[in-house]
Amino acid sequence: MEAVRAENLSKRFGSFWAVRGITFAVQEGEIFGFLGPNGAGKSTTIRMLCGILAPSGGKGLVAGYDVGREPEKVKSALGYMSQKFSLYDDLTVEENIEFYSGIYRLSPKVQAERTAWVLAMAGLAGREKSLPRELSGGWKQRLALGCAILHEPRILFLDEPTAGVDPVSRRRFWDLIATLSEQGTTVFVTTHYMDEAEHCHRLALINQGELVALGSPRELKHSLSPEATLEDVFVSLTRDQAIPNPKSKI
Amino acid sequence: MVLSVQGLTKRFKANTAVDRLELSLSPGEIYGLVGPDGAGKTTTLRLLAGLLVPDEGTAQVDGLDVQKEREQVKTRIGYVPQFFSLYGDLTVSENLRFFADLYNVTGEARRQRMERLLAITRLGKFQDRLARNLSGGMQKKLALATNLFHTPKVLLLDEPTNGVDPVSRRELWDFLRELSGEGTAILVSTPYMDEAERCDRAGLLFEGRLLLSGPPREMLREMKGEVVLIISSDQPRARKLLEQKGGLTEVYPVGEALHLIAPNAERAVPGVRTILEGEKIAIPTIKQIPPTFEDLFISLIRRAKGSDEDLGIQSKI
Repeated sequence: MEAVRAENLSKRFGSFWAVRGITFAVQEGEIFGFLGPNGAGKSTTIRMLCGILAPSGGKGLVAGYDVGREPEKVKSALGYMSQKFSLYDDLTVEENIEFYSGIYRLSPKVQAERTAWVLAMAGLAGREKSLPRELSGGWKQRLALGCAILHEPRILFLDEPTAGVDPVSRRRFWDLIATLSEQGTTVFVTTHYMDEAEHCHRLALINQGELVALGSPRELKHSLSPEATLEDVFVSLTRDQAIPNPKSKI
Repeated sequence: MVLSVQGLTKRFKANTAVDRLELSLSPGEIYGLVGPDGAGKTTTLRLLAGLLVPDEGTAQVDGLDVQKEREQVKTRIGYVPQFFSLYGDLTVSENLRFFADLYNVTGEARRQRMERLLAITRLGKFQDRLARNLSGGMQKKLALATNLFHTPKVLLLDEPTNGVDPVSRRELWDFLRELSGEGTAILVSTPYMDEAERCDRAGLLFEGRLLLSGPPREMLREMKGEVVLIISSDQPRARKLLEQKGGLTEVYPVGEALHLIAPNAERAVPGVRTILEGEKIAIPTIKQIPPTFEDLFISLIRRAKGSDEDLGIQSKI
């Protein structure tokens, strides 16, 4: 089943087309990486797919809902975790979980179940009263992941989720993501870090608002040369056009 | 040695941020300080820049003591912190001129240096653009360039490649190579394990200590265990079966593949085949691959720590 479909999806800001007719589909349970240089239209695409920015043209379907017409339904089907881990530093571990349970309007019974699940998944049992700043990066990361999937979303968006986290925790994090994907959660990853891209089943590379490559990490590398790295692929497909647009920021 | 460090230690209350660090750089060498957030990278660079006072140990730049001869040391180092502020409402060339003034570089020397810096940063075309309108990668290069007017002997860079896209990252490394070609020694920190291989030598920093230091290729030989990549017809089941019965050091998914770590790859492969083929799982690809720096780092952490569970917390207050 398709979890995400973009069909000729476009976004215009004034006279500037930030996203120019992107088409792709992501299958349920797939770990899908979305790559591109700064200013390529990545964030704009993600914001459209999350239902927080209306497309100027084309169509986006997320969990079967139209991102332009049913943004609220789209939002309830997703979880989002950014590299900055949106945790409240003056709330304890369990207060953070409680806060997000409230946002997702979990019933008391579901909340109790999911809280226990998050604490076990993150290895935080016994640390319920700790403040996030007392935790190492790996723990904070798993708590942030837990808060993002309390409501068991069908699609999880991750933005450079493991930058700076210690390698043992990183590996554990990707193990968790692989398990979620095996259980049917679709995972949409945006990153500048080719090592994270290797953890995806398939990758889309966009440049100047257009899709320039789509395939598994192995396919993309082999399409360039037998010894190519993902970075080689990225550079070869974006270098010539990577002159930044002065209007793209601010 | 243009930079040498002996027993450098810095404590913040109960937390030892930098623990008996030993380091030396020769002119033109690029040394990578590789480690996760909280490993002590920023503290190390701040100690070497003379911005923090160590609790123990000493460091010398060009034979001068970083603590006792701080003013002379300043003229020989360049230090670019992770969040360096350029003047967003000044253009590229105005930013450069401002820093040239600060460093008192005038006349012909200034003109030549300016030309050279614009050339190696490839910012020549963008001289009249406001700094705030540059891409992230270009801002990083400009920030670096503003610290190079005095032609430092040692350059201390804190995570210059953090958050920049792969094209800009590659350009930044090309830029560092050019500078090292001029004889500048560069100590550069990075949270990206794979950037170790771009350095002449690297050190893996964890909880304030260097777990291992050396030329990248030699470091990889310290990896305990070998890595096998498999692609099978049923990855989730293969992963479970191998975790339970494989007798492997580690099994972890990487995209469409599984990576296995075993003491000896050649000896592990027949067992893996038997387990999976016994469950009617086909294995179109099974081969030994070289370990990554992440594999190495994890094996070193486990050796140092004994188990993963000890890793849960490192109080940082």
